Amino acid sequence: MLENRRFVIIGFFALIGIIYLFRLFYLQVLDESYSIESSSNSIKRVTEIPFRGQIYDRNGKLIVYNTPVYDLLVTPYKVKVDDTLRFCKVLGIERREFDSLIHVASVYSKMKPSLFLRQLSKEDFASIQDIMVDYSGFEFAKSSMRTYKAATLANTLGYVSEISKKQLEEQEEPYYRQSDYIGQTGIERIYENELRGKRGTKFVMQNVNGVYKGAWKNGELDTMAVAGENLYSGIDLEIQQYADSLMMNKVGSVVAIEPKTGQILSMASAPTYDPNILATRHFSKNYTALYRNPYKPLFNRPVMASYRPGSTFKLIQALIGLQEGVITPNSGFTHANCPIGCHVHPATPNVVMGVMHSCNPYFYNVFRRIIYNNKITNTFKASAVGLDDWHDKISKFGIGQQLGIDLPSERKGNLPDKKYYDKIYGENRWKFSNIYSLSIGEGEILITPLKMANVAAIIANRGYYYTPHVIHGIGEGRKLKPEFAVRHESGVAPQHFEPVIEGMLGAVEGGTARRSRVEGISIAGKTGTSQNKRGKDHSIFIAFAPVDDPKIAIAVFVENAGSGGSAAAPIANLIIEKYLTGKVTNKALEERIMHADLMKDVILPAPPKPVIKDTTKRRNSIPFVREKPTEQSSKKVINWFKI
Amino acid sequence: MAESKPITKNVDWMVVLIYIACLGIGWVNIYAAVYNPETHSSIFDLSNNAGKQLMWIGTTFILIICILVIDYKFYETFSFIIYAIVIFLLVVVLFAGSNINGSRSWIKFGAISLQPAQFANLAVSLAISKYLSDPAISLSRKFKDYYPILGIIALPSVLILLSNETGSMLVFASFAIILYREGMPGFIPSIGIVSAMLLIISLLYNSWYISGVIILIAGIAIWAMPVMTRRRGGLIATVLVATVMISIVFGVDFFMNHVLQKHQRGRIMVLLDPDSDPRGIGWNVIQSKIAIGSGGFSGKGFLQGTQTKFDFVPEQSTDFIFCTVGEEHGFIGTAIVVTLFVLLISRLVILAERQRSRFARVYGYCVAGIFFFHFLVNVGMTIGLMPVIGIPLPFFSYGGSSLWSFSVLLFIFLKIDAQRPFTLSRG
Repeated sequence: MLENRRFVIIGFFALIGIIYLFRLFYLQVLDESYSIESSSNSIKRVTEIPFRGQIYDRNGKLIVYNTPVYDLLVTPYKVKVDDTLRFCKVLGIERREFDSLIHVASVYSKMKPSLFLRQLSKEDFASIQDIMVDYSGFEFAKSSMRTYKAATLANTLGYVSEISKKQLEEQEEPYYRQSDYIGQTGIERIYENELRGKRGTKFVMQNVNGVYKGAWKNGELDTMAVAGENLYSGIDLEIQQYADSLMMNKVGSVVAIEPKTGQILSMASAPTYDPNILATRHFSKNYTALYRNPYKPLFNRPVMASYRPGSTFKLIQALIGLQEGVITPNSGFTHANCPIGCHVHPATPNVVMGVMHSCNPYFYNVFRRIIYNNKITNTFKASAVGLDDWHDKISKFGIGQQLGIDLPSERKGNLPDKKYYDKIYGENRWKFSNIYSLSIGEGEILITPLKMANVAAIIANRGYYYTPHVIHGIGEGRKLKPEFAVRHESGVAPQHFEPVIEGMLGAVEGGTARRSRVEGISIAGKTGTSQNKRGKDHSIFIAFAPVDDPKIAIAVFVENAGSGGSAAAPIANLIIEKYLTGKVTNKALEERIMHADLMKDVILPAPPKPVIKDTTKRRNSIPFVREKPTEQSSKKVINWFKI
Repeated sequence: MAESKPITKNVDWMVVLIYIACLGIGWVNIYAAVYNPETHSSIFDLSNNAGKQLMWIGTTFILIICILVIDYKFYETFSFIIYAIVIFLLVVVLFAGSNINGSRSWIKFGAISLQPAQFANLAVSLAISKYLSDPAISLSRKFKDYYPILGIIALPSVLILLSNETGSMLVFASFAIILYREGMPGFIPSIGIVSAMLLIISLLYNSWYISGVIILIAGIAIWAMPVMTRRRGGLIATVLVATVMISIVFGVDFFMNHVLQKHQRGRIMVLLDPDSDPRGIGWNVIQSKIAIGSGGFSGKGFLQGTQTKFDFVPEQSTDFIFCTVGEEHGFIGTAIVVTLFVLLISRLVILAERQRSRFARVYGYCVAGIFFFHFLVNVGMTIGLMPVIGIPLPFFSYGGSSLWSFSVLLFIFLKIDAQRPFTLSRG
C-alpha cells in the first residue's frame, strides 16, 4: 500500500544522511592531506602572471618584450610601521600619499593584499628590498612591463593597461580580475588571447604571520604559468623608423605592403609617440596628454583616417575601363567638352599617356563610358544601373569595405552606389553629370591609406591581393591566420595592367612625380591630390617597385601638403630605395624632407577646449611626445611616484 | 472548540526544538564566519551579518506567532490565492527587481530586500496540496491528473529561470517525493535515479565504451531470461531500454559540449574532478573541502578557524556556512548538523503520515521534501558530492528571505498538525 512508501522515503533520507556522515568522517578524520600539521597554518593561493608574448619584426629583431618589474603589495591589517617617516623616505613618497594609499587598500580589503605601488624597476627593488623586511604587511610580487625596443609603431602595436571596470564586467567568460592587464588597442588587443598566455597557480602554506611554510600537498595541484605566444610580424623595423623620421613634423600616413604576401612592411601614423610612455606607471598622465593633443596622435591614421583618393583613383578607372572594353590601350581623349579643368601637358592619345600625365578629361571620358556602358536610353536610369555595376567592380579592389586587417577600428571609407545618390537627389533625379567628380577620385568617395596601399599591391601583382596583415606568424609554429592565406581577385585580367603600369612608370620617370625618381630602380607610381574642405590639398602618392618583380607597394598620405608630387612622392621613393638597396643616394632630398615642416598648414579641428587655441604654442605640445621615457623609468626611486 | 485549546499543547515540540537548535547553531556560526580577528566585532553588532541575522530571527518569531494565531483552515482555503500572489510577485520582480549579484530577483521595501523566488516553494507546496486534496484525483491510475501539477510547477519555474535564479528552480525537483508518496509508479523515480547515474558515468567515460557495456549487459540479460519472457516482449523491452540508455549517454555528451555554456559545463565537471581546475571553478570546492577537512575530529574551536576567516571560502555566511561548522567544530559539529536534519525531515514525514486530511499530509511531505533537497545539495556541494548550486542551508545560512520562507513553510505545517485532533478524515 501507498502508506508503506513512507519507509522507502525515510530510508532514502537516512541513507543520504549516512553517506554524508561517512564522507565527512573520511574528509575530517581519515584523510590526512586536509589536516595541516599546525592548526594555525593556512593555505594561500598565489597566482603567477605569465610573460606576455613578444613581437618580432621580419628580420627577427625584437619589437616588444617584457622587463621584469616588482609590484609592492600591502595587506592592511598586518601593517605595522613604527617609523612612518623613515618608511616614506625609503619609498620616496610623502606621508599624505602613504595614508591615502593605505586607505584605498583598506577600503578594498583589510585581509587581502592589494596593490600599493606598481612597477618598481629591478634596481629600485634591490635597493629597498632589505629595508622592507623591517616593515610587516608589505610584500613584493613579480610583474612585468611592456618594453619597446624602438620608439615607433605606437598605434599599430597598441598598448596594454589595467582592465577597466566596464571590461571587467563585460567579459564573456570570467578570466580577468581587477588590476589585471589587458591589451587595449592595436595588435595588443587583436591578439590578446594569444599574447596573454596562461596563468599559473601555486598553493602554498603559511602560518598566521604569513610566513611561507612550503608547498601544499607537495605542489600537486599547482599549475605552471605558460608564457604567451610570440608574434612574428612582417614589419621591417629599420624601414619603419626611417618612415617615421621622414614623417617628422607632418601629419599623415605611410603604409608599405609586400605585394606577394600582403604582409605590412611599415605602417607609420604621424604624428606619433613613443609607445614606452604608455607602458609605465605614468600611464594615465601620459594618456591624458596624448588624448588632449590637437593632432590626435592616438588616431591610427593608416586604417582610421578617410580621404578622397584624388588622382590615384584614376588607375582603377583605367583598369575597369580596359576590362569592360569601353576603352582600349590606344583610346585617346582631348580636353574638349569636359567640365573638369586640367593642367598643360602633352597630348594623351593612349592609356599610358593618360595615366602618366594624370589627365582629368581623359578619365572623365573613361568614367562616362563605364557608366553609360548599357543599352538603356534614359540617361537617369542608365546612370543608376551603370553606377551600381561600377560599384561592384570597384568593391573588388577593397574600396568601400573593411579589408580585414588585424587591427581594430578599420574604417570602411565610402564607395557611393545608386542608393547613396538616391538619398541625396531622389530616385531617377541624378545622372552622370551629377557624379562625374568620382572619375578623378574626388566627390563622395573616401578611402583609407591602407586601402590605397592595397590598390598599389593589386597593381603590382597584376590583379590579386592578400588581405594586408601585420602578424603572419603566431607562436612557435608561426601559424598564419587562415583568412590571410586567401587570394582575392580584382576581376581585372593581367594584360590590362600593363598599359596602366607603363603609365605609372612614366609618371615617375617624366610625369607628375619626376622630381623624386630614383636612379637605378624602376618605380611605378601615381600621384594624387586630395581636395578637402579643411584647407590645402592632401598630398598622396602610391607606388610599387621594382616593376618587374615587385617587392614593395606603398601609399603615402601627407595632410595639407599640396600636390602629390611635392611631399608624398619623395617620401615614398626614399622609403622604396632604402628598402630595396639599404641606402639612400639622394641625400639632399632626404635632408629636405626630414626637415620639412608641413604641420603649419594643417587645419586643426575646433579644439574641445578653448585653451589650446594659442597657435604659437601648438608646436610645443608635440615634442614631449617624443621624449625618451626610458630615462623616466630609470630615475631614482625617490622621484618615481611624483612624476 | 479547537480555538480554545492552547496551541502549545498540541504543537509538535520535537520539531520546534530541532528548529530552535538549528537557528542557534546557525547564528553562532554566521558570527564565526564574519568574525574579524582584528576588530573583535560583537555578535550583536548590526553592521555585520550575525547582528542582522539576529534581527531576522526576531522578526521570524513575530511571523511564527501570526501563523499560529491564524485559523488553520485559512491555508487550505487560500492556497491558490497565495499561489497567485507569489506568481504576481515573480512577474513584478522581472520588471522592477533590483539587481543583486547578477540576478534580478530582489524586491526592495525600504531597507529590506526580499526575494520572491524564496517563497515560490511555499506557494507551490500549498497549490499542489490543495489540488491533491480532491479525493477523486489518483496519481497511480490517471495520467492526465499529472498535467495540473506540472502546470503548477512549470509556471514559477519559468519565471524564476527568467530572473536568473537557477538554484531556486532546481528545488522543485523535491516534489518528486510527494508525487511518489501519493501514488506515482515506482519506476518513474527509479528511471530518474538510473538516468542520473548514467549521466555521471557518461560524463566520466567515453560514450562508446559505456554503450558497449550496456549492449553487453542487455545481451546477457536476453540470453539469461526464460524463453517465455523473451517471447512475451522481454526481448523488445530489453532492446528498447538499452537503446534509450545509449541515447541518454550520447545525449549527455552532446548536451555538455554543444548546449551548455562553458561556465555551466565547468560547474559540473568540477564536481567530478575538482582538481581539474583548481584555480577557477574548482577553487570553491577545494577551499571548502580544505576548510571542512582541516577541522579534524573535534575542530579548531569557536572563532579559531583560519580557512574560513581569511576569505578563502566565498559566500562564507550564506551558501558555504557548513564550512565554518566543519572547520571550527570538526566532525562532531558536522555530525550533529547532519543528524539534526535527518531527524527533522524524518519527523516531518511521520507527522505527515498521521494527518487525517490529504491536504495536510501532502503539504507535510512537500515541506519535508524541500528541506531535504536543500540539505542534500547544500551540504553535498561543500563536501564535493554535489555541483556548486547557490541554494541556502535552511535555518543556518544568513539571509532574511530564506529564513522567513523556511520558517513560514514549517510553521504552517505545525499549525495544521496541531489542529489534527479536531479535523475530520477525508481520504
